Amino acid sequence: MQNLNRRQFLAASAATAFGFSLKAATSTARGLKIARTNQVHSVCPYCAVGCGVVIHTSGENVRNVRPYVVHIEGDADSPINRGTLCSKGISLKEFVVNDRRLTKPLYRAAGASEWTEISWEDAIAKAARKIKDTRDKGFVEKDAQGRIVNRLDTLGMIGGCTDTNEINYLLGKFRFGLGILPYENQARL
Amino acid sequence: MTNGWCDIANTDVVLVMGGNPAENHPVGFRFVMEAKRKRKAKLICVDPRFNRTAAVSDSYVPLRAGTDIAFLGGLIHYTLENNLHHEDYVKAHTNAAFLLRDDYGFEAGHFTGWNGEKKLYDKTSWQYDLDGSGFAKVDETLQNPRSVFQAMKRHYARYTPEKVAEICGCTSEEFTGAAKVICSTGRAGKVGTILYALGWTHHSHSVQLIHTAAMLQLLLGNIGLPGGGVNAQRGHANIQGSTDMGAWNMLPGYLRLPRANHQSLEEYLKATTPKPLRPNSMNYWGNTPKFATSLLKAYYGPEAKKENGFGFHNLPKLGESENQSWGFFFDRMHRKEMQGFISFGMNPVANGPNTEKMLEALAQLEWLVVVENFETETASFWNAKKLGDKFYPKFVDAAAIKTEVLLLPAACFAEKDGAFVNSSRWLQWKKAAVPPPGLAKTDNEIIGRLFTAVRALYEKEGGKGAETLKAMQWNYAKPEAPALDEVAREVNGRDHTTNEQLAGFAALKDDGTTSCGNWIYSGSWTQAGNQMARRGQEDPTGLGLYPNYAWSWPANRRILYNRAAADSDGKPWSASHATIKWDGARWTGDTPDYKGDAKPDQYGAFIMLPEGVAKFFTADLAEGPFPEHYEPAESPVANALHPSVSFNPVAPVMHSSADTLGDAAKFPYVAITYRLTEHFHFWTKHVASGTQLQSNFFIELPAALAREKGIKGGDNVRVTSARGSVEGPALVTERMRPLKVSGKTVYHVGIPIHWGYIGRVRGPLVNNLTPSVFDPNSGTPEYKGFLVNVEKMA
Amino acid sequence: MTTVAKLIDTTLCIGCKACEVACQEWNEQEFTLGVFANTYQTLPDLAPNFWNLIKFNEEYKDGAQAWLMAKYQCMHCAEPGCLKACPSPGAIVQLPNGIVDFHQDNCIGCGYCITGCPFDVPRLSPTTKKVYKCSLCSDRVGAGLTPACIRTCPTNCLTFGARADLVQIANQRAVELKADGHKDAGVYDGPGVGGTNVIYVLKHASTPESYGLPKDPTIPWTVALWKGPLKWVANAAFIGTAVGAMLHYLKFGPKEVHGDKAD
Repeated sequence: MQNLNRRQFLAASAATAFGFSLKAATSTARGLKIARTNQVHSVCPYCAVGCGVVIHTSGENVRNVRPYVVHIEGDADSPINRGTLCSKGISLKEFVVNDRRLTKPLYRAAGASEWTEISWEDAIAKAARKIKDTRDKGFVEKDAQGRIVNRLDTLGMIGGCTDTNEINYLLGKFRFGLGILPYENQARL
Repeated sequence: MTNGWCDIANTDVVLVMGGNPAENHPVGFRFVMEAKRKRKAKLICVDPRFNRTAAVSDSYVPLRAGTDIAFLGGLIHYTLENNLHHEDYVKAHTNAAFLLRDDYGFEAGHFTGWNGEKKLYDKTSWQYDLDGSGFAKVDETLQNPRSVFQAMKRHYARYTPEKVAEICGCTSEEFTGAAKVICSTGRAGKVGTILYALGWTHHSHSVQLIHTAAMLQLLLGNIGLPGGGVNAQRGHANIQGSTDMGAWNMLPGYLRLPRANHQSLEEYLKATTPKPLRPNSMNYWGNTPKFATSLLKAYYGPEAKKENGFGFHNLPKLGESENQSWGFFFDRMHRKEMQGFISFGMNPVANGPNTEKMLEALAQLEWLVVVENFETETASFWNAKKLGDKFYPKFVDAAAIKTEVLLLPAACFAEKDGAFVNSSRWLQWKKAAVPPPGLAKTDNEIIGRLFTAVRALYEKEGGKGAETLKAMQWNYAKPEAPALDEVAREVNGRDHTTNEQLAGFAALKDDGTTSCGNWIYSGSWTQAGNQMARRGQEDPTGLGLYPNYAWSWPANRRILYNRAAADSDGKPWSASHATIKWDGARWTGDTPDYKGDAKPDQYGAFIMLPEGVAKFFTADLAEGPFPEHYEPAESPVANALHPSVSFNPVAPVMHSSADTLGDAAKFPYVAITYRLTEHFHFWTKHVASGTQLQSNFFIELPAALAREKGIKGGDNVRVTSARGSVEGPALVTERMRPLKVSGKTVYHVGIPIHWGYIGRVRGPLVNNLTPSVFDPNSGTPEYKGFLVNVEKMA
Repeated sequence: MTTVAKLIDTTLCIGCKACEVACQEWNEQEFTLGVFANTYQTLPDLAPNFWNLIKFNEEYKDGAQAWLMAKYQCMHCAEPGCLKACPSPGAIVQLPNGIVDFHQDNCIGCGYCITGCPFDVPRLSPTTKKVYKCSLCSDRVGAGLTPACIRTCPTNCLTFGARADLVQIANQRAVELKADGHKDAGVYDGPGVGGTNVIYVLKHASTPESYGLPKDPTIPWTVALWKGPLKWVANAAFIGTAVGAMLHYLKFGPKEVHGDKAD
């Protein structure tokens, strides 16, 4: 993880009128919760303005602690947002650290009215089985005119607009490896 | 965006139409406010609602949803009628001088070539008049009646301010007041920008709408200049990148997916590589063979050889006229023609048109895999009858739904590396900050494990298409979880003779010695390392280009078409808007959208186009070479220009048992859907802050309509379309003015999206109401300007 | 010590509510749910967990539709009515830089500060029985950072700096707006309370109530009296509860009168 020098971070953040130095302002007894955090550069996952964010984390290298997010705010070095964020971006911590996040694979059987927990191993095996069975049934090597088409249109796939280029590229390879034609993303909508 | 967020600060006039950036892109909007504050730029907002952008605008003009082409066509007419266009720019950089065939024409709503039986156009008459060498004939004076310029003038002569007012519902004074400001930028030293979003793309004529905007900007000489352009604001963090990587009929880098008649790589390349239409056209897409061959090398690796067409036969082929875009394949799913479906971070039950149809379609599947951060309506579609309350009367109980569903927990943005592409086309690399919660996994691991597991089954059991699947390279250090930096290097491309990362797409070859996963991203991870993670603060031009911050496609160019910012001699149209300039030996400034050392008169300015210049007139689109106003599929009035051809004649409308259209007698009001600043799409209903800021679903009603119906703010109302209904409290406001359209009073009903049957807060899904009607070019649904009725609930 | 202040240029506010959330997020205040009230405004009013509210007001102004948005929070008055009214030493302090901060450890929940505030800002929590309001992120300011709301504001509607500088910027901006044809533009600088450390630029300065600001804020005479001749009587009544708090009071002091110019 990339650590910003704390002094640099503070300096970059202190944009004020007339270059007035905040060192002049007095301190209080209140502690600063981001005084000793790790800082990681990231990009807001919401709209496509592409605001830089700094994720403040803690708990790294501490035994028996999983690193956690302390605070997220705008990246002062981003020429786009210069440290600012909208109401959604400034509360990204609420998105990451959220008791509604999914933490276990779930399965819903045919006709069931509830989810049941399933292991990753079983989930992947099940999905792979479904994909193969569907492709075995639906894959078309040659069309009615005998032309090579190597296509599959009984299996569809969507997604990607909320994920990185690299994931989109992998999804594309997954798609073309299987020969999937119905493949879409949010850009259509 | 042709330009970028920071660049908006360079403008003199901002036209916001089909978007509401103060609401939906508040941080990007800071540059609009900066232009207003520092340059005294004027902000014009054209929208059915007096919205947050309107609240800080210098001028607001209301218009009826779905009539934007009429408004923009009116601006083209106003520009030409008053000679406000940038004549030298138009002559130098557009196809205004090109001559059309003498059989081209337009009459009563149809262009020439209409085949009423097939409901298709024969585009022969839309081609240029070519000379013996296959080049378009031109008339530099623009006086020839068959010139594009004169044809355009004739076409838009009908779009008078009075006609605009009649169609759009604003007054002709409001229109001309705005036109005066918008069309004031057609001279050197003044520049205007256009910002749009889904308010333009959610129509059955959306691509033509954006074409109209581009035409206006070309007339005013605003393309390629700082502070100019046509700028799509885009709604998701990587909607640009996912588009760049290709959806239904695209390979990465906007290469077309082959059709069944392309049986060899040669046939494919012959059909998809354009030929120049003018002697000085650089025709950069002429390099398609290099881009395509390098992609095939990335996909099929060492086995991709010249002898086997670099593995081209492995790629799936579409039928010649087949459409597998969203609306079409959900229609097929609804007909039970699909068995399986994988959704990576998308929520079609919430996002797709006609929610009940989406639910019915998913219920036909044998299986569904959903990869998500949160439980969504799609993952739990089988429970919609119970959770969705009364909104899905025809939908069945969970017990009757046989679809097996796997819901896999995924890492969120903060828990993984990789690049997002913003609206400015900047690729920005981010780093994972924390591990995913619980057993959640990164997407690369989920894809990797699925892909390797499927492949293992084929290795064990064999099966149809096993060779094709095996051919796809997946030789990552950790195949079950490919590292994203490794993938990013593959996307950038390598020279296999030197085994070095490519410096950019100029180095691509069509002989199999280079590989590249997406040619437009070539240069993003070079021998010098990851260019997307750069954080340089330098701004040598002072125009906010920041060439050393992140990396912009293509070739780190920050303003597209920037060659057009200078005249035929390479001299900037104005010193204050010099994106690039010719110093006698080379171009300086932004990365030139041109050959770096080519003389100004060597090529046309628009190097990607076969014409070498920008196009007012084009045979590329489905419904005509010039944009024409067509009413939405559901409209309160007939088309005032040609009532017998009211609706876009080639727009796809679905006809499943779940698809119906309504008419104005039963559904008299025009509905629009939109996001609120407090929310992000359908996600933040899981987030405490977003749900606090606007907790409740509501329906925005014009005060005049509310008075007519005896509805007060907070009263519960039901909004019904031919597809479904939503219910909630009315937000009664004067900000939505009744409009006079063709002598009739038309009211809008505004319905914000966000809510659904799963979340910290719940409410109806807006797409219960929307129709399965699509743009013929893009396949985007018509979410703006459909008909509804409003009733006060007891 | 330089007096710091916040400038709110309402002509640049787009009602994005980033400041509302930034405040709650930084100060770790609980997010709650709103009640629908025929408006885009988050809550009808400030709350113990919600110290920063953008008020939305639709009206016709100069013959055109207007939708005015203005941020509302503690004004950090030069002569704070809350501090004057507060009987508990150390609960309300005015720092040398002008920030008026509440220290809940010392708050006795009497609510007198609420009466004393000419801007109706402090809110008593029914659960903790303490009063809360904007602290101008005194912790951030102390560490050289701008307050959370200002840091996040995308449109430069909010600026942080030395009060004297901001007054100058505000006046300049009013001049610009007037030149652009907004004849009624002006600066709102807490009339009646000796100036505030939150300064507004308004397009319609003659009607601050269009932005949800009191036209003529004053400290109630009862409060003025309370900390005037009757001060010692009042303090005696609270002496028992105030001993611990007094230590804090002595440490930080209620107010520094002298303002030494730094930098």
